[in-house]
Amino acid sequence: MLSRDTRDPALLPRLMLTALALILLWPGIRLAELDVSVLWHGDSARDMGNFLAGFWPLASDAEFLALLFDATLQTLAIATAGMAIALLIAIPAGLFASRALSLSAASRGGRPLWWAQALRWPVRGLLIFLRSVPEIVWALLFVRAVGLGPTAGVLAIGITYAGMLGKVYAEIFESVDQRPAHALMQAGSGRLAAFCYGILPTAAAELMSYTVYRWECAVRASVVMGFVGAGGLGQQIDLSLRMFAGGEVASMLLTFLLLVMLADALSRLLRGRLA
Amino acid sequence: MKRVTNWLILLVILVAVFASFGYLGVDLLRVFGGDNLSQMSAYAERFLRPDLGTGHLRAIGYGALETLAMSALGTLLAAVLGLFLALPAAGRFGWPLAGFARLVLNALRAIPELVWAALMVLAAGLGPNAGTLALALHTAGVLGRLFAEALENTPAAPADAIRLQGGGQIAAFCYGTLPNLWPQLLAYMLYRWENNIRMATILGFVGAGGLGQMLYVSLSLFQEPQASTVILAMLVLVFLVDALSVWMRQRWVRA
Amino acid sequence: MILGLHRASLRHGKAVQALRNVDLEIEAGERVALIGPSGAGKSSLLNVLSTAIKPTEGELRVLGEQPWNMGNRSRQRLRSRIGLVHQAPPIPGRQRVVTAVSAGRLAEWGLARGLLNLLHPLDAEGARKALAELDLADKLFAQCGQLSGGQLQRVGIARVLYQSPELLLADEPVSAMDPVLADHTLGVLCRNARERNVTLVASLHNVELALAHFPRVIGLRDGQVMFDCAAADVAPERLRALYANEHLVPAPAAEADAMAVQIPRC
Repeated sequence: MLSRDTRDPALLPRLMLTALALILLWPGIRLAELDVSVLWHGDSARDMGNFLAGFWPLASDAEFLALLFDATLQTLAIATAGMAIALLIAIPAGLFASRALSLSAASRGGRPLWWAQALRWPVRGLLIFLRSVPEIVWALLFVRAVGLGPTAGVLAIGITYAGMLGKVYAEIFESVDQRPAHALMQAGSGRLAAFCYGILPTAAAELMSYTVYRWECAVRASVVMGFVGAGGLGQQIDLSLRMFAGGEVASMLLTFLLLVMLADALSRLLRGRLA
Repeated sequence: MKRVTNWLILLVILVAVFASFGYLGVDLLRVFGGDNLSQMSAYAERFLRPDLGTGHLRAIGYGALETLAMSALGTLLAAVLGLFLALPAAGRFGWPLAGFARLVLNALRAIPELVWAALMVLAAGLGPNAGTLALALHTAGVLGRLFAEALENTPAAPADAIRLQGGGQIAAFCYGTLPNLWPQLLAYMLYRWENNIRMATILGFVGAGGLGQMLYVSLSLFQEPQASTVILAMLVLVFLVDALSVWMRQRWVRA
Repeated sequence: MILGLHRASLRHGKAVQALRNVDLEIEAGERVALIGPSGAGKSSLLNVLSTAIKPTEGELRVLGEQPWNMGNRSRQRLRSRIGLVHQAPPIPGRQRVVTAVSAGRLAEWGLARGLLNLLHPLDAEGARKALAELDLADKLFAQCGQLSGGQLQRVGIARVLYQSPELLLADEPVSAMDPVLADHTLGVLCRNARERNVTLVASLHNVELALAHFPRVIGLRDGQVMFDCAAADVAPERLRALYANEHLVPAPAAEADAMAVQIPRC
């Protein structure tokens, strides 16, 4: 009686959970070939130490700085141009995918006809596909298609961010007050006019703020995409890494950090102004 | 006045966009014009017949498992490392250590996973081990900062009470602080794991194992049907993770 | 003398004087009630006696030692012999009752046993016994967050009983219980102290309970001892003077320490 009162009801679940964790952990470690010790054993540790020791002094000769400046500008330009392409695709796609401009919804109390709703699905599916493939995979594909260089990066950012922006734009259009637009459409105005006068004024601030935030993400992404050869700072970091030029890598990592901080500050400033 | 500045900002943005295209020398009309478009569509067409042979599917299954293992172990290692760094960063051992720990956390977090992966491939050689370590290092920075914030927001009274009845520092932490803390820690870990699965699929591009390495290799060998299957597998993995995380949030984290 | 305060004062910051020149001597095995209006310094006095707060001035002797003249390590050892029942039990809501109670002996157990106990309760029987005295044995494996305020207070008392200290201090131990339960719980606390020959000092806002259960009563007001005598000698006019111009202020409710879980955005 007493022993039954003091038997822990959580004992069995805890044992099972531990057993499950162990059963999963072991194959996991084998699969990931996890071996932390390589970092401080043998040759690789010495190589790594030499490489890290090369981080100081930072590379700062004039020729390299010119290259660095060029790469940094390229990174910013890739992000900006990519965002421009993304916007060109995302705005019409967002309008197509959103329920906000449905004529049938305007006259049916907010519920569109089922076939009108079904027409929106191909656009939505396309947007899902565009954003679900990671941007770096797009970059790799475009590097194969149009060759090494910033063009691949611009196209990759354009495609992925079109998917993200289009989805979020459609959601923002639907989240604002629908009555002004419905009233305009019931009064016989066109969809685009109803959008410009009924939805855009209330949604503009949120659209802007999200777009600027995404631009900031695009700056980071364009650095990363350089690693598969899509130009910009990332490509230079990759090259210097392969050449074991520690000082150059350190300079460029610092530049990258500065760039990200700058983009962050700029984006915060713009969002504060536009919101 | 504000109107004028807003128009000015808009103008600057437009100029920036055109300057970017000019600087990069990207001519979209040339990229998509003439022969290029038909070449690109021919290239894209080769992706339309994914290789669904059993041998290849088995290899992809193994790659997907490897990706999952990398992300899970990376997150787990990161959580341990992050907690060790979060304790000093939250000011538990005085301010000199707090400043140092925050510096380390920021440095770990600021460098993207892919850069860490490239560094780790140099240090630890090709393969999933490098990817796992890269994920662990970057995620440790992210989780460490989140953990430190959570630590600072946890009520101190329970731990103080244990100290007052003579318990040690570690016992006070485990009995007084951890029970309130761990749901939050778990939520952060799940959130980062989800991120890391996505990340683990692409770390292979710099040679750090998983599906990414398969994709990189098959694209380099111009095996587009095989590459197409790998991309499909990545999509399936991402969708599964999305569905799983929605379900787990509803089940465990009622935010 | 097991507990002694000599000309002790306590200031919070510059403005608030919580205790002024308190002299106090309590012998082994005594049971003492602290009464007084809210803000009189009852909690401050208990915090000083439990070595939680160092008095700004004056001298404290506990169990024959001077806690503020010794090293950290030996003070921690001394603290393990003192039990303090908090008014709002500082127990994490996600902890199980059995773990919360067994945390009472952490100082005695050492680190390894303490950590092991977190995974699997090593002395569930002992914790159950402590809870059974307070009629809570059926809640042994419940989550603390699901208990009522009164039940949680009794878990806090059970933790200190399980600790089995030589000196038992209690800060409003029954403030969240209904009158019958409060009376019963105080009875348990006093009987325990008597049986184990433990010195008990408890602050109470209910004067009847104090007079009914404790042989000695100390009246505090404005951080000073107004009277210190046997319960039988506490005359009604003394109580009136003690509580003069005081409106009954309800004791502050225990704060919920459940933290909202938040998920960060990208």
